[in-house]
Amino acid sequence: MTAQPGGRASSAPLLGDDVEPTIFEMSVEGRHSYQLRTTDVPKSPLATLIPNEHLNNEVIALAQVSERDLVAHFTRLSHRQFAVDLGAYPLGSCTMKYNPKFCDAVAADPGLNSVHPGAPAPLVQGWLELLVDLEEKLCEITGMQAATLQPAAGAAGELTGLLLMRAYHEANNDQRRRVLIPDSAHGTNPASVTLGGYEVTTIPSGENGLVDLAALKAALGPDVAGIMLTNPNTVGLFEEEIEDIASAVHGVGGLLYYDGANLNAILGVVRPGDMGFDIVHMNLHKTFATPHGGGGPGAGPVAVSARLAEFLPGPKATRMNDGTYDWVAPSRSIGRVHGWHGNAMVLARALAYIDVHGGDGLTRIAQHAVLNANWLRKRLAATLPAAYDYPCMHECVLTASTIKASYGVRALDLAKRLLEEGFHAPTVYFPLIVDEALMFEPTETESLQTLEALASAIERIALLCASEPDVVRNAPQSTPVTRVDEARAARHLVTTEDAAGR
Amino acid sequence: MPDYLPHTPDEVSSMLDFLGLDSLEHLFAHVPRALKLTQGLQLPDGESEPDVAERFRHYTNANKATLSEMVCFAGGGSYDHEVPAVVKSLGSRAEFVTAYTPYQPEVAQGVLQAIFEYQTMIARLSGLPIANASLYDGATALVEAVNMAAGSTSKETLLISSGVHPHWRAVVHTFAKGTGHRVVEVPLVDGRTEWSKVSSSDLTNAAAVVVAYPNYLGVLEDLGAAKDLSIRTDALFVVAGDPVAAGVLKTAGQWGADVFVGEGQPFGTALAFGGPYLGLFACTLDQIRRLPGRLVGETVDTRERRAFVTTLRAREQDIRREKATSNVCTNQTLMAVTAAIQLGWLGTYGMREVATRCAQGARYSFDQLVGIDGVTPVSTQPFFREFALRTPQKASTVLERLAGEGFLGGLALSALGSPDGSVAANDWEHSLIVAVTERRTKFEIDEFTTAFAKAVK
Repeated sequence: MTAQPGGRASSAPLLGDDVEPTIFEMSVEGRHSYQLRTTDVPKSPLATLIPNEHLNNEVIALAQVSERDLVAHFTRLSHRQFAVDLGAYPLGSCTMKYNPKFCDAVAADPGLNSVHPGAPAPLVQGWLELLVDLEEKLCEITGMQAATLQPAAGAAGELTGLLLMRAYHEANNDQRRRVLIPDSAHGTNPASVTLGGYEVTTIPSGENGLVDLAALKAALGPDVAGIMLTNPNTVGLFEEEIEDIASAVHGVGGLLYYDGANLNAILGVVRPGDMGFDIVHMNLHKTFATPHGGGGPGAGPVAVSARLAEFLPGPKATRMNDGTYDWVAPSRSIGRVHGWHGNAMVLARALAYIDVHGGDGLTRIAQHAVLNANWLRKRLAATLPAAYDYPCMHECVLTASTIKASYGVRALDLAKRLLEEGFHAPTVYFPLIVDEALMFEPTETESLQTLEALASAIERIALLCASEPDVVRNAPQSTPVTRVDEARAARHLVTTEDAAGR
Repeated sequence: MPDYLPHTPDEVSSMLDFLGLDSLEHLFAHVPRALKLTQGLQLPDGESEPDVAERFRHYTNANKATLSEMVCFAGGGSYDHEVPAVVKSLGSRAEFVTAYTPYQPEVAQGVLQAIFEYQTMIARLSGLPIANASLYDGATALVEAVNMAAGSTSKETLLISSGVHPHWRAVVHTFAKGTGHRVVEVPLVDGRTEWSKVSSSDLTNAAAVVVAYPNYLGVLEDLGAAKDLSIRTDALFVVAGDPVAAGVLKTAGQWGADVFVGEGQPFGTALAFGGPYLGLFACTLDQIRRLPGRLVGETVDTRERRAFVTTLRAREQDIRREKATSNVCTNQTLMAVTAAIQLGWLGTYGMREVATRCAQGARYSFDQLVGIDGVTPVSTQPFFREFALRTPQKASTVLERLAGEGFLGGLALSALGSPDGSVAANDWEHSLIVAVTERRTKFEIDEFTTAFAKAVK
């Protein structure tokens, strides 16, 4: 293989040993960069506009920097940041794929981006139509009947889904108390259940990493409101017994909630609705083209089966009989879950992404995502064995338990060393049920050369664990900072410049 | 068929060979056959980027309420502020846009330090010592605040002023169905919260006293009265504030707030049809263990160099699971980074200047508009940059007529919700809120006044 990998970032200018000053440390009294419009509005003195008891006589110090220094500062900060656009980001469960720049350009169009959310419906027909089109396409992709686009992130979608579950049961005068969650679930699931007013019952996974159907059935009862599942699950395996799970849960009157964190694996192959799920949230920022922004924004639309549609949050963009669009609240809506209409720009990006790919293209995404994960899993089998001896979907959970036992080097150390090799680390220590877990999700956008370079890097690290384990334990050394003292951060809490005493 | 997949057909074959598989479909052999889609998704075929761009033109052409087509006097948490080229440029840097949550601090110092600077700025603007790394938007930040209050006080009644934006109150009601909190909306009299209308049992059980500053009608509330009530009832004092107001008004902290929440859209984020925006959250030190969302702290690396890292992680859902302080994971980091850049650009005196110009523009607009026959103020109380007017015709009709003249003339109360105790019920259909930012010129305001006079004839 002669081609060089496109996704290895070891040449990136993650610069230098010096600390970047804070913007406040660069501040010089009297310096400024802002410029405002000339308005000719009468300059009435503040004291005549604001009653004295409300007026702040002190000016709040922010920073005083030139535009040149502002640009230099934030550009240097950006050089101290890994990103998908720099190199491969195989962070399991996060689907850090490359996102087309086209989708960003769509969202930056003033025809979408400069529209006030409170403008009357006749003036925003384009936006309303876009939202309806997206809802319909997301329903086709998930096999559901209707959707809300309001939730701003996956966890917001989860809580919305649980409130829908609650509204449905209450409408049937059915008091239920518990929600089942596998022990491999994302932490947001149990946290959302609590906020939804339910109790969590944890279902153990079987030896094979899948839901233990017998344990599930044993936990079921008339007080079970529903179950939250991720499929493929968080160890990257498809829950083959999903039909039996669905009929068991439905059998006691419960609902099935689909956590869409791993939807990328099954696009166009199999749909949550066809598996028997009643409520589905999607992480549009993972699956449909919003790069994660360093932690957000995302969007977490929730799609439901027909019997739950009347409870969806509202008002919803709706196509009226005369072909125009308007805001309509579903008849028994649980109400708003967002200040306006959801993260609209993320929604627009998702529609552009779906339209560019089309139905066939979305299927190829899932195929190639699963191909890459299985290739990497097998390629690394001799170095980091898979936690489960079973074909994976879009991500693979490997274990460093042998390396730890042999050389005292932990999964975390391997991950840290990988940073120096020019790759982002995989997710470590998740799911919690796997010892020394390293979860790799290469995604469909990484090339074979990049995967091979990633695998070679991991092999080199494994060899290093035997020969010079301290190098791995002390990695990384060539990054902008070395390992940070997390205990000190928590013990001597400094979360602002003021607390730092600067 | 356009796509962004790198593998050549030969590479796909070699990878399948390596796995001992005949086709891509075999990768899904363990998915039950009966469940699989046989015909694929019923979606149109993929189109090239320029083709999709043409189709998106259909959407953008059908949006009339753009800033280039209409002069914006609408607010309600979403404002037309100056966002300079430098902020757009820095805020769209790929390193910020395409990074994940900073779980590996060694390669995430850029986002972590930007958030640290953001936290500092929000803490100063709120007058409180702790600000988190952002929440979804102002409305959902308020939900987190009342959840914090209920957890902190072990009480369940939320006393919420009807001056809090109707959408925000609606969101609090929605989530209270899960937490079981009792939401009590306190009516306004002449635009200010009338706390004396709260029953004694609700006072006893109050977990939070929530007031907006300024409130959604634009009025500067008596925060001293709200603070006193919170002390009397042993409730947390939550201020839902316009963060731009902090440029001239006393901060939430100066008024004695335990928690400040706000909508951070005015700090560098486009109107964006309502999102993504920026949920601001700040609180006192004694609430820190209940803080929702991520928090960045300063520390050192192994070479004793200053470094930043997410801290007090044991509050969060991935560690604490069902006992977490919140279920928030993904937040609005990119908007927070953008806010830090925007506030860095505005600086100490730019922030003061923007707030002052908002107040000057609002006062000038108010004076012109209430001079129109039949147009009267909803409240006689002082305001900052937004005010409510009563119109002889339905407000929605007035706004429709103004739109015909090229003005997004404000927000009709009837478009925000149902009559709710914030204004007299018979005024509801006839009231609208006008917002003025530093971008509105005297010429625009004068033209708007002329159009308004015509619209209410």
